[in-house]
Amino acid sequence: MTADVGGRPLVPGQEPRLGSLATHVGPYWGEFGGRFVPEALIAALDELDTAYHKALADPAFGAELARLHRTYTGRPSPLTEVPRFAAHVGEGVRVFLKREDLNHTGSHKINNVLGQALLVKRLGKTRVIAETGAGQHGVATATAAALLGLECTVYMGEEDTQRQALNVARMRLLGAEVVPVTIGTRTLKDAINEALRDWVANVETTHYLLGTVTGPHPFPEMVRDFHKVIGEEARAQLLAEIGRLPDAVAACVGGGSNAMGIFNAFLDDEDVRLFGFEAGGRGLGHGDHAARFQGGAPGVLHGARSYLLQDEDGQTIPSHSVSAGLDYPSVGPEHSWLHDIGRATYLPVSDDEAMDAFRLLCRSEGIIPAIESAHALAGAIQIGAQAAQWSNEPVVLVNLSGRGDKDVATAARWFGLLGDDDGEGDR
Amino acid sequence: MSAVEATSQTTGAADPSASPATTGPLLDRFAAEGRSALVGYLPVGYPSVPGSVDAVRALVDAGADVVELGMPYTDPVMDGPIIQRAVDHALRGGTRVRDTLAVVEQVAGRGAPVLVMTYWNLVLRYGVEAYARDLAAAGGAGLITPDLIPDEAAEWIAASDAHGLDRVFLVAPSSTPERLASTVAASRGFVYAASTMGVTGERATVGSRAQALVADTRAAGAAHVCVGVGVSTPAQATQVASYADGVIVGSALVRTLVDAPDEATGIDRLAQLTSELAAGVRAADRPASGGAGR
Repeated sequence: MTADVGGRPLVPGQEPRLGSLATHVGPYWGEFGGRFVPEALIAALDELDTAYHKALADPAFGAELARLHRTYTGRPSPLTEVPRFAAHVGEGVRVFLKREDLNHTGSHKINNVLGQALLVKRLGKTRVIAETGAGQHGVATATAAALLGLECTVYMGEEDTQRQALNVARMRLLGAEVVPVTIGTRTLKDAINEALRDWVANVETTHYLLGTVTGPHPFPEMVRDFHKVIGEEARAQLLAEIGRLPDAVAACVGGGSNAMGIFNAFLDDEDVRLFGFEAGGRGLGHGDHAARFQGGAPGVLHGARSYLLQDEDGQTIPSHSVSAGLDYPSVGPEHSWLHDIGRATYLPVSDDEAMDAFRLLCRSEGIIPAIESAHALAGAIQIGAQAAQWSNEPVVLVNLSGRGDKDVATAARWFGLLGDDDGEGDR
Repeated sequence: MSAVEATSQTTGAADPSASPATTGPLLDRFAAEGRSALVGYLPVGYPSVPGSVDAVRALVDAGADVVELGMPYTDPVMDGPIIQRAVDHALRGGTRVRDTLAVVEQVAGRGAPVLVMTYWNLVLRYGVEAYARDLAAAGGAGLITPDLIPDEAAEWIAASDAHGLDRVFLVAPSSTPERLASTVAASRGFVYAASTMGVTGERATVGSRAQALVADTRAAGAAHVCVGVGVSTPAQATQVASYADGVIVGSALVRTLVDAPDEATGIDRLAQLTSELAAGVRAADRPASGGAGR
């Protein structure tokens, strides 16, 4: 794979370019997406799809969501130029951060959660369930459930409840039930399995508030739509600030919701390179990473066909990342499509690189990022070497998808900041 | 190995003396005789691959009419805790997809059609056409596909047509009349009616919506409808057999193996429960149709 394909013409002979990439809708993105779920869920997915498109056409829905974002989320989120950090990216490179970390609940996740929670009210359902990895989506869901008076159950892999204990307490404070999942790899993948089982059994009263751009149609399309405000704001903010579009946009990709959110507004700007950074973990060996575009192949998991870490039998290979939010063996189907048509470039960032970038942003700019987002920062440093070829004054837009309060314990162990620690704790 | 008998429809006169590889002719004959079938689920590789061969043989010998052989998968979202535990054990023990085909081959001649129950990615990865070919060659009857709906199944429909295999899709209490019709049209062998909204596992009562779902599925054109999810006792089997063409039992059978102190005891208990369930199914009051189908 060549790194510099973002913004280049599409690969000939692949997906015909029919109109806008940004407005492409499900259920399929090329050969990806679809609905690989039990029949029991199809009626609910159809009902959701109908309700979602009705809401889209209803100005009152958009107005209510915009009001919540203004008065509750704190949108628009700021755009911050980070020159002291940018000095490490490359000479003459300007770096801007889209500050989703400053949203209420501490990450971009609230954008999608509020949108879906308003839909739940329209569906007349009284209970929401969610999966969570790092806890960001679980916290956002518990928050929206408290705000709108919904019952809330969050499934979280037992391993993640331990490495993200603060977020478990946060969800419980907000009134949610947190269920540790003790089967399989005990991480995000297994939390989604449990949430799907709950949904099959309780679909009449319960909405599965899926937290990323994966899963069966209409989730990848709907979740993207609820997050595209990130890119729309950033695009307008950059135009106002510097009068032009960025040369490159960088985001971390677990399931891929923050990346789709910031990519969408730039998909049709062919000169804007799009980069997604996956968790390279400890290296690209079996079970050591979550780099689906390096070590994966198309397959089906959790309702969608997409790139997937799988063995030769099609069994899911456990992923690893220092960041719980990127520790997932598959990826949103729209990313797989953007990868295959050459519109976006996906590269791995190792645990070490991410943690170095984490510390660098703390010390150079006074911003503690989520470890997930630190992968995008490390990615900006990776691509900084080629930035000089893009323009005289290259501009990189990085989506700072979340803040690092939840990661302080992990980082303190990693860097040996706890006094009685040798600094090798999490490696 | 003899060529697989290609039986393309569930209707039509079956030769009662034949031992059909697919389920349609068997269910046609049962309907004519006024009886329902016991469909027993066991996962490959539990407690070991050879152990699962012994278990399936015991299942058939004790009275199961159709075998549902589960292919272990890392992410079984339609299965409850008992089956999850068994397939987790099977995977840790190194059970492979090709082991399933080997087990099919070893049990297919036992007198009961053998369906493989599989999550879809395993077949996708193997190659849909290649899997259909190898399953047919092994003497398998077809596939039960819990996470594949007919809308996504074009490749499997073509491959199962080419190799004369059953394709058992699921319907649920939430299925709309339109979806019942399209699922019935795409199915062959029988339609799997999930008795309740939920994953596999034992329940005190079989969902009250099961009987209505069977009636609706028949009204949508299904020749045969079997009921699964939550059936575990002989009394429940009798009740379900009074209105369904087949009674599918999984978790309760797997539990006999999981709870047993050793393999031999597990197989004894499995055989015991199977014969009780078979008796329960046969005790159902069911009029003989006197002809094929319904």
